[in-house]
Amino acid sequence: MIINSRFFNRSELLGFLALAVLLLLILPLSLDIFRLNLVAKYLTYAFVGIGLVLCWGYGGILSLGQGVFFGLGGYCMAMYLKLEASSVANTKIQSTPGIPDFMDWNQLTQIPLFWKPFHSFPVTVLAILLVPAFFALIIGAAMFKRRVGGVYFAIITQAIAAILTILIVGQQGYTGGINGITDLRTLHGWDIRTDHAKFILYFVEVVLLFGCIVAAQFIRLTKLGRILVAMREQEDRVRFSGYSVANFKIFAFCAAAVFAAIGGAMFTLEVGFMSPSFVGIVPSIEMVIYTAVGGRMSIFGAVWGALLVNFAKTSLSESFPQLWLFGLGALFIAVVLAFPNGLSGIWADRVQPRIDRLLASRKSKSAPGLVADGAPAE
Amino acid sequence: MSDETKPGLKSPLRRKLLMGMAALPAVSMLGRPAFADVPATSAVNTTGLAVTDSEVTVGILHSVTGTMAISETGSVEAEKLAIEQINAAGGVLGRKIKFIQEDGASDWPTFAEKAKKLLVNDKCAAVMGCWTSASRKAVLPVFEQYNGMLYYPTFYEGLEQSKNVIYTGQEATQQIIAGLDWVNKTKGAKSFYLLGSDYIWPRTSNKIARKHIEGHLQGCKVVGEEYFPLGSTQFNSVINKIKLTKPDVIYAIIVGGSNVAFYKQLKAAGIDLSKQTLLTISVTEDEIDGIGGENIAGAYACMKYFQSLDNANNKAFVPAFKKMWGEKTVIGDVTQAAYLGPWLWKLTVEKAGSFDIDKIAAASPGVEFKGAPEGYVRIHENHHLWSKTRVGRAKADGQYELIYETADLVEPDPFPKGYQ
Repeated sequence: MIINSRFFNRSELLGFLALAVLLLLILPLSLDIFRLNLVAKYLTYAFVGIGLVLCWGYGGILSLGQGVFFGLGGYCMAMYLKLEASSVANTKIQSTPGIPDFMDWNQLTQIPLFWKPFHSFPVTVLAILLVPAFFALIIGAAMFKRRVGGVYFAIITQAIAAILTILIVGQQGYTGGINGITDLRTLHGWDIRTDHAKFILYFVEVVLLFGCIVAAQFIRLTKLGRILVAMREQEDRVRFSGYSVANFKIFAFCAAAVFAAIGGAMFTLEVGFMSPSFVGIVPSIEMVIYTAVGGRMSIFGAVWGALLVNFAKTSLSESFPQLWLFGLGALFIAVVLAFPNGLSGIWADRVQPRIDRLLASRKSKSAPGLVADGAPAE
Repeated sequence: MSDETKPGLKSPLRRKLLMGMAALPAVSMLGRPAFADVPATSAVNTTGLAVTDSEVTVGILHSVTGTMAISETGSVEAEKLAIEQINAAGGVLGRKIKFIQEDGASDWPTFAEKAKKLLVNDKCAAVMGCWTSASRKAVLPVFEQYNGMLYYPTFYEGLEQSKNVIYTGQEATQQIIAGLDWVNKTKGAKSFYLLGSDYIWPRTSNKIARKHIEGHLQGCKVVGEEYFPLGSTQFNSVINKIKLTKPDVIYAIIVGGSNVAFYKQLKAAGIDLSKQTLLTISVTEDEIDGIGGENIAGAYACMKYFQSLDNANNKAFVPAFKKMWGEKTVIGDVTQAAYLGPWLWKLTVEKAGSFDIDKIAAASPGVEFKGAPEGYVRIHENHHLWSKTRVGRAKADGQYELIYETADLVEPDPFPKGYQ
């Protein structure tokens, strides 16, 4: 086993730089604020994708319920923003001023207890990270300690996504129901709806994204990452070697949950509302699709997948309002059939070797490409 | 857009042209042909909307894919018909309407994204769109922030009023109170069982219904109230409860596909709608298409429009709609309300003499549309419509037969005192 002495090998460094140039220079300079805000929305799914690369690509744990964590992060942020937007002055028209509008419509007269902590911004930030992690810990402990895995785990996560959606829709006095939490205005007194704010939020998000990429890369390169790969390939052998497989799985699942939650919180800030339509089964599966298209073995692939699929979604639906879903479906089928390792697989198999040859690298044997590090073949 | 304003000041020739154009309305008063009566773009569009000398762009924003497509398609069709008719009649302030259609995909954030695109990118002078409350809630901050104008067609729960929205459907009190009064008076109904899909519109509507039944109708009571998740198909337990409590009226606000299961199960359970009074505010001709007329025949619906309405406007509207979209299409309440959108916008623009959003918002109250298929309507100060409320009875052929209509227009009251 070759352990890289460097944090990023050459091709990964190239990928990192290419992404940095694109996100920090090319896109902000070439797009108007409306399109840039759309890119920011796409990128929130990249956070989920990075988590899925860790837990699905490396750890072999397919979660079809990442929308749950995306939603929990998003709702935590939305609750804070909604409380701020529901000042007495803003809600004079209600029968009980000072509480969120949907609570008023549902005859609530005071803010429920579990909303109260979200008056404070630091607590909100902590909640965005800890609530999903804790939730993932419970699910993970309940499943992995009992050695539930594979398809069964995927189905259970999917069920949890469905349950949470029903819960949110049903408890509309406390959650805003199917409309979600809408009409969010300011973050700590700073109006998030202006073009200027959208511009700044975009950069905040990109920086956070690179932070998550580095964190995921770090996890991948440690012994922990190696055990995850080993676990995916031969779970029993790892168990017989004395490792607690369940704990490693729980960790990977929790890490993926936290990444997804950061994405969800950013989504709320970028889009300006949160609703149960990001929590359920369909968005959860879409998130898996972004990762599959990008390449589930590649952290950068996940980012590209989220960007490109969502871009295709927007542009196809603008050009062909009635037919775009078919086009998108065909794209997924084509990618999965022809390139099981997704876009990053195409890159590693077709493009990377040529670049290597072009660069006439003498040490070509040490350039394993974007995928090879964790690929099953290794 | 401001083709002649910017370079016009620099070039003397263009300046002359501009002065000439400004004088055109005066010339037309002297008996020139009507087509010369086109006010200068710079005068009617001071905020940079997509208005040229010959064209004005509006947006259509509905779901044409996803679960809501089946409901929203009718609205899209009605809006396109209205735009075509307006263009055939000379357009708006001499400008033909061009539309850009976007798909909300039954997904609320997509609605917000597309609304932003229509306003920021395309500079649409108005947008006809949205259907569910959730989609409207998602786009409302966008319309308020970028100062757009939305014509929203669906009957809805009220509790909202915006400078940037004209609500062409009925708000809850318009639809509910007249219907309850009617059923109480003519059927002598005393006990009501309230049903609904579990989201804001049915819940708010049932809340208003309960307040009215318990507070305003003598000796009436609610014997049950229940909600079902959207898309639910299991109604057997509630049907059993209905059989036990024997309410005079089943008051049903079940939406979408759930209706199919609900009415079929009612029929299968032996509840005969020709004997048991059922009043719904959520089943239009569009839904009956899916439920099957034979399953719902005998039920009463309370809304403002039925395809079978017998008036001159409607007799022109229904054939025009069928000619454009096919003999088999049906026209429900919301489809008709969507048809009002482009017309009300045209009338408002012409009243204001400007495409500017602020001027339209200010000019809207009092705008009358005499050609509405439902009959005369007028915009209220609160941007909702004065309209009549009607009760119809479903027939096996999928149409409603008009049973009752209010004598006068009912005032819209989105924030009803005593009902909150």
